Amino acid sequence: MRRSNSSIHNIDWLTVVLFLLLVLMGWANIYAAVYDEEHANIFDFSQRYGKQLMWIGTSIAIIAVIFILDGSIYQTLAIPIYIATMLALLLVLFAGKEIAGARSWFVIGGFSIQPSEFAKFATGLALASFLSKKERNLRGLRDKIIGFIIIIIPAALIIPQPDPGSALVYSSLLLVMYREGLSGAYIFIGLSLAILFLMSLLIPLLSLQIALALLAILIIVATRRSKGFWIKVVGMWILSAVLVNTVDYAFNTILEDRHRNRINILLGKAHDPKGIGYNTAQSIIAIGSGGVAGKGYLNGTQTKFDFVPEQSTDFIFCTVGEEWGFTGSAVLIILFMLLFFRLVQLAERQKSTFARAYGYAVVSILFFHFTINIAMTIGLAPVIGIPLPFFSYGGSSLWGFTLLLFIFLKLDSFRWETL
Amino acid sequence: MQRKYLFFSFFTLIGLVFLARLFYIQIINEEYKLSAISNVVRVDKIYPGRGLIYDRNGKLLVGNQSAYDLMIVPRQVKLTDTLGFCDLIGIPIEEYKERIIKAKSYSYLKPSIFIKQISKERFAYIQEKLHLYPGFYPQKRILRSYQNRAGSNVIGFIGEAGLSFIKDNPSYSQGDLIGKTGIEKSYEDILKGKTGQIYNLVDVHNRTQGSYENGAYDTLPQPGKHVTATIDIDLQALGEELMRNKRGSIVAIEPSSGEILSLVTSPNYDANLMVGSERTVNYSKLYLDSINKPLFDRGLLAEYPPGSPFKVINALIGLQEGVTKETTTYTCHHGFHYGRLHVACHCGTSSPIALRLAISKSCNNYFCQVFKSIIEKYPTAQEGMDVWSNHVKSFNMGRFLNNDLPTGRKGLVPNADYYDKAFGYTGWRAVSAISLGIGQGELLLTPIQMANMTAAIANHGYYYTPHIVKAIDNKPIADPNFVERKYTTIDSVHFPVVINGMFDVFETGTARGSRHDTIKMCGKTGTAENPHGQDHSIFVAFAPKENPKIAIAIIVENGYWGSRWAAPIASLLIEQYLTGEINRPTMKDRMLAGDLSEEYEKQLLSIYKKPIKLNDAEK
Repeated sequence: MRRSNSSIHNIDWLTVVLFLLLVLMGWANIYAAVYDEEHANIFDFSQRYGKQLMWIGTSIAIIAVIFILDGSIYQTLAIPIYIATMLALLLVLFAGKEIAGARSWFVIGGFSIQPSEFAKFATGLALASFLSKKERNLRGLRDKIIGFIIIIIPAALIIPQPDPGSALVYSSLLLVMYREGLSGAYIFIGLSLAILFLMSLLIPLLSLQIALALLAILIIVATRRSKGFWIKVVGMWILSAVLVNTVDYAFNTILEDRHRNRINILLGKAHDPKGIGYNTAQSIIAIGSGGVAGKGYLNGTQTKFDFVPEQSTDFIFCTVGEEWGFTGSAVLIILFMLLFFRLVQLAERQKSTFARAYGYAVVSILFFHFTINIAMTIGLAPVIGIPLPFFSYGGSSLWGFTLLLFIFLKLDSFRWETL
Repeated sequence: MQRKYLFFSFFTLIGLVFLARLFYIQIINEEYKLSAISNVVRVDKIYPGRGLIYDRNGKLLVGNQSAYDLMIVPRQVKLTDTLGFCDLIGIPIEEYKERIIKAKSYSYLKPSIFIKQISKERFAYIQEKLHLYPGFYPQKRILRSYQNRAGSNVIGFIGEAGLSFIKDNPSYSQGDLIGKTGIEKSYEDILKGKTGQIYNLVDVHNRTQGSYENGAYDTLPQPGKHVTATIDIDLQALGEELMRNKRGSIVAIEPSSGEILSLVTSPNYDANLMVGSERTVNYSKLYLDSINKPLFDRGLLAEYPPGSPFKVINALIGLQEGVTKETTTYTCHHGFHYGRLHVACHCGTSSPIALRLAISKSCNNYFCQVFKSIIEKYPTAQEGMDVWSNHVKSFNMGRFLNNDLPTGRKGLVPNADYYDKAFGYTGWRAVSAISLGIGQGELLLTPIQMANMTAAIANHGYYYTPHIVKAIDNKPIADPNFVERKYTTIDSVHFPVVINGMFDVFETGTARGSRHDTIKMCGKTGTAENPHGQDHSIFVAFAPKENPKIAIAIIVENGYWGSRWAAPIASLLIEQYLTGEINRPTMKDRMLAGDLSEEYEKQLLSIYKKPIKLNDAEK
């Protein structure tokens, strides 16, 4: 094996350029979101853009370290890293500092670190490591369950912070298992569950039950297949019926009011722009007012005058939409799409299962963040507080995403040397 | 390898959905652009100076003064020296706390009024130290400043627009001041001017961040137009002075134009009470005073039986209908007798008297006979009554004036229908309504109607609708309703004889005590019976006899008889108006000293069976 730092010549520069573009555009928009004439100095570290500049600098240091370190250590250390971050997640529930109602942060010497941001790459590594063993067979029950458990542990530790948004991110890792041989039926079941879930919130319980029963009968009558198929359909029908009942119960009794409200707004059940739907309404107004070409850099009124909440973190896309208009928004979406396509390409060219699985973990996590974040700002998803990768303000999240991406680029850069 | 393409397709799908949605909200749907503007643009109003009001001789009646509202933004308040602050603005600390709670409950971020309408003088003192107390700032307001105590009911006052008014008039918003009564109300559109608008950019906390589009949409305020009222403020002031301690009303009109020279109601109020921080308290006091009713404009709203002055109208109708001639005589046997009906008379004549003397002596019998002959000229009482009623109404009695005063009453001039309802179609005859002959009975008129009637007599048969404004921005009004003559149904040839009779009222008749040596006055006394107590003292007059300059109607409630109060007051006012001074100090002093409050207390006593202290409402 050659020394790992020579692999810098094999780095996928297209991805690096996309990364840098996104980070710099992100910083420019954070500057715009926080900007006021009194604090125009970009190195003002009391302001978010100043701090973000610091986070970007340190991220570049992290990238350097990743390139210097031997690329093979990740497979070796995957499980220890995973265990360490899981312990950190456990610890933060007790020793963490509560900020904005969630106990998600360690505060060390004035800096806040959010372990859930690091758990993403750790879980990706652990899952890839598990899937890379030669004897793995995701059609078998045991491996499937272990895979699920690896995904569920961090999610289960994050939910009680509470941070349901970040916990939800781990569901994207199912895509990795799908790529590595998990039956498409699980994705199908997953999607069906999501649809049933939504239906049970939208449609009165009784009507839904009747509709499901009719659907089951229709399928049986129309297909007239074997008895075994008949039994499967009935079994699925019973499961669905139980599920919608459970969801109905859970939604109305278990869920907290704020989550219920958010879902209600998304489903169009509640219209109250000054109340609980205020954030979404203001976010759409800001983006919608951008028009074709936007109001121009630093000229956004909705974001500048604080009508949009969390404008430098979760709602950073509002600044893009308002100041750069449809043009800028489309450029941003296309850049992300290019990144995702490129990452899938890179993943597919890996020789080792570990690198490929990890590559898919990277693209799945980034894609999930991107989809939920943008969908939330344009009113297609409920307000689930997760950041836009590389774009949103925040040290932990930028570090986490940088680690996630560049470990994969490191793995990619020495793909010829393994195996 | 197939699964790779599934990923590509999935990503592409999501990307396209996002692009489509963005295309919709950013390019197709315009609604969000408007919402964004309404989010960040706050329209601030700049109030113009309200138009000034002058009297007919150019004396300023109402001007403007600036005052300051002390505004509070609770979020910005950081008070370390609460006591010092309370000392500065002059409120006790308990009240300070109450007001803070009130402001916070309105809004924590938005400004609200902490203390209303602090006078300019007091504010100068407060302003020096106000910078020590963040969260408080002044907002300039333009208030009215009344130059005279007189004429408050004519000018009226302004107050904040009510919610229902704003709902019907969307150009107003909460906090705007509008005319509530008097000229302020009826000429609101002219006096208010045009509010200027400044478009400011604001942040989510409603803090100003600069002007919108560099002020491209801003407009300057346009001050209101000036209004010249028809009243003569000196005459008005004298009228109010003479009516002190008496209840009633004086209405004076210039016959040649219909301009109202004075419109006195007593008791009145001082409009200065309606300005400044004590306004609410003062207004409640006035509003709740159900004994004196100072806000009730008697000149326009009180309906009285006119009594004897109305005999003149009956004489004119009799002449017009041909049933009475200048030479027609009747003999008075201490009143009018018809079967068991008896209308007493104190004219003191016993020989046959003709019309002119009947007027000057105010003979009840004569005018009962005239009325009877008018009604009986026609085959049925119904027809006769309707003819009579239409003649009366042609003097604008029994209907609204439809002029530029914000309020008024119709009075009551009965017709055949009225008596049909009361007595049945066959149940009445001329004598049933005989009291109308002497201005009593069902007949009710407002003082301004009586004044207008007098003006019509002075003009030999026509009048101009009485109005209160002469000119706007020095341009005379041109409203045909006010500048065109309105003819009565009485031909002008019939007037000289009744005017001669009215002239004799001063010379030898019932008002000879109020005669003036050089001014030829014509008038008619009235002593109107009423259900409230003592008779009302009523007088109508015009002068000079030729080319009259002023017509006047006066009612002094419960003033015993016409020549006791109303006639001398009328005579004094005419003298003041025509000569500019009063040369009969004894008469003036006697009128000023006149005090009927004992009479009014007696009335209260008879109602409540215990003494009621006036102004008990103040508390």
